[in-house]
Amino acid sequence: MVKIDGSGNDDSLITISSLDKQYQRGTETITVLTGLNLDIGKGEFVAFMGPSGSGKTTLLNLIGGLDKPTSGNIIVDGKEITAMSGKDLAAWRARQVGFVFQMFNLIPVLTAFQNVELPLLLTGLSKKQRRAQVETAMALVGLGDRMMHYPRQLSGGQEQRVAIARAIVTDPTFLLCDEPTGDLDRDSGNEILEIVERLSSEHNKTVLMVTHDPEAAQRARAVLHLDKGILQEAAGGVS
Amino acid sequence: MIRIPFIYNLRSMTVRWSSTLVAVLGIAGVVAVFLATLSMARGFRETMKSSGAEDNALVLRGGATSEIMSFLPLEHARIVGDAAGVAHDVDGNPLMSIEVVMGLPLTRRDTGQKNNVLMRGVSQQALAVHDTIKVIQGRFFKPGLAELVVGKSISTAYKDLHLGGTISFSGQTWTVVGIFDAGGTSAESAIWCDANLLNQAFKRRLDVFQSVTVKLGSPEAFSRFKDTLTSDPRLYVKVERESTYYENQSKGLTTLIKALGFLVAFVMGIGAVFAALNTMYASVSARASEIATLRALGFSGRNVIMSFLLESMSIALLGGILGSFIILPLNGFAASTFSMSTFSQVAFAFMITPDLMVQGLVFALVMGFFGGLFPAVHAARQSIAGTLRGM
Repeated sequence: MVKIDGSGNDDSLITISSLDKQYQRGTETITVLTGLNLDIGKGEFVAFMGPSGSGKTTLLNLIGGLDKPTSGNIIVDGKEITAMSGKDLAAWRARQVGFVFQMFNLIPVLTAFQNVELPLLLTGLSKKQRRAQVETAMALVGLGDRMMHYPRQLSGGQEQRVAIARAIVTDPTFLLCDEPTGDLDRDSGNEILEIVERLSSEHNKTVLMVTHDPEAAQRARAVLHLDKGILQEAAGGVS
Repeated sequence: MIRIPFIYNLRSMTVRWSSTLVAVLGIAGVVAVFLATLSMARGFRETMKSSGAEDNALVLRGGATSEIMSFLPLEHARIVGDAAGVAHDVDGNPLMSIEVVMGLPLTRRDTGQKNNVLMRGVSQQALAVHDTIKVIQGRFFKPGLAELVVGKSISTAYKDLHLGGTISFSGQTWTVVGIFDAGGTSAESAIWCDANLLNQAFKRRLDVFQSVTVKLGSPEAFSRFKDTLTSDPRLYVKVERESTYYENQSKGLTTLIKALGFLVAFVMGIGAVFAALNTMYASVSARASEIATLRALGFSGRNVIMSFLLESMSIALLGGILGSFIILPLNGFAASTFSMSTFSQVAFAFMITPDLMVQGLVFALVMGFFGGLFPAVHAARQSIAGTLRGM
């Protein structure tokens, strides 16, 4: 279930109402999002498309609790994240959100294993339990044999797979992917999209993905267009 | 609170090794200077403090703050010897040394320059009173002869003070007949001779001396001895335990050395804090996207602050350890200084003790804390979304 008319029901995993986001640049106020409503059900795979500067990444950052809206609210799994303090929000991100970035954002001085282990350091898990979870996540992205490699020793596609392993290792409620294939060649990009698709279909993960690439967007079950801060259904409607 | 693994900081420090090294060396230099001055003050204090015995009492003229400012007529010195609490030798004579001091300019072997050396005229019983002093070469001087017994630490430092050497002053030639060891205390920086002869040589009054040192029956006998003398209407004297006297004599100089040392270390410390600040700001700015990523993964601002503080304090600790090692060879290094109480040189050794090294490391950690605090807070306050977007 994906709705943009504000008529969502109690089953929504993510409920966004009347969301505004403005930035101040000097004396100029830049409006990025205006009166945005959105409801996303559990297990959905939603792609956001739109021209550069349309507010896709801003929306993703707001849903992921990396930024605060100017007005409006976001409720995820019954919790209003827009009312949380910075500290609570950090703890919430650690438990609920898996991020996948365009530039992979791996820590270059840590091995693939240590990168994937990072989010688990915020849980109470023992070293042994952490190792087991990292190994599971790395196997899921097909990199069980690259755990001791540093990011510079991996290809771009492999780096992004490590980043996906890091995003899913804590078994978060949903994944936020910001142009996950934007920095990859077509083949590597397809590999990444297949993994994301599998996470959605086989593991029932809720996935929100920003992309410029119509082929990538086709893999999603719903495609939304953002233009000048306003959300529109793609041709063919949303599922 | 320290959730971000330290290996992250460690590897980041080695990746940016050159700027890390600059900060480490800066802090090492400051800690080295800090420890050098502290060890100098400590060495001087210990040398002076151990120069006096607990069971010896020093009697000066009332109001005198040092031997050089004091004078005691012989008849007063005899009253002191008869006072209660004084130990006696097998023949029943009081264990006392009636003494005069003066500075004598002698030539140093290393620089060829003249420095004042303390000449101490003593009684024949001086070795029984100053019982930590042992003649290790030659013999003690004979009364009435122009003979000298020289402290070990100056016998090699000055010309002609070796055993058998001769020096001339006041129209007389004096021969070194013995070398004494005083366990590294300031007494080793003196030359001993017959007190009466010294008065004669410098044409001083023969019946006036400067101090009397007595050996007490026990350290506890001091207050009885002091009370006897200070309540005697014939005398106007100041009575001090010998150990207290020497410790007080060192206070002025150790305070001065320490104050100067702290001042220099403080000013240099500010420089080192700025070097650390610079390193950490550069490091934070180069790692902005990594910090934003860690924050996105759920690490809190406090986690980030702790991580960067830990990093800067580790750099500082490395500097502190390096600084301590750089300065360690100075331990036991012999030096000498001018003592205001005798107007002569006192030899002492730099003393680097574990507690001073701990002080040096604490100082390094304080520098590391202040060098890391602002960059760490800056790192934690960066906008996550803004930084990620700006990549």
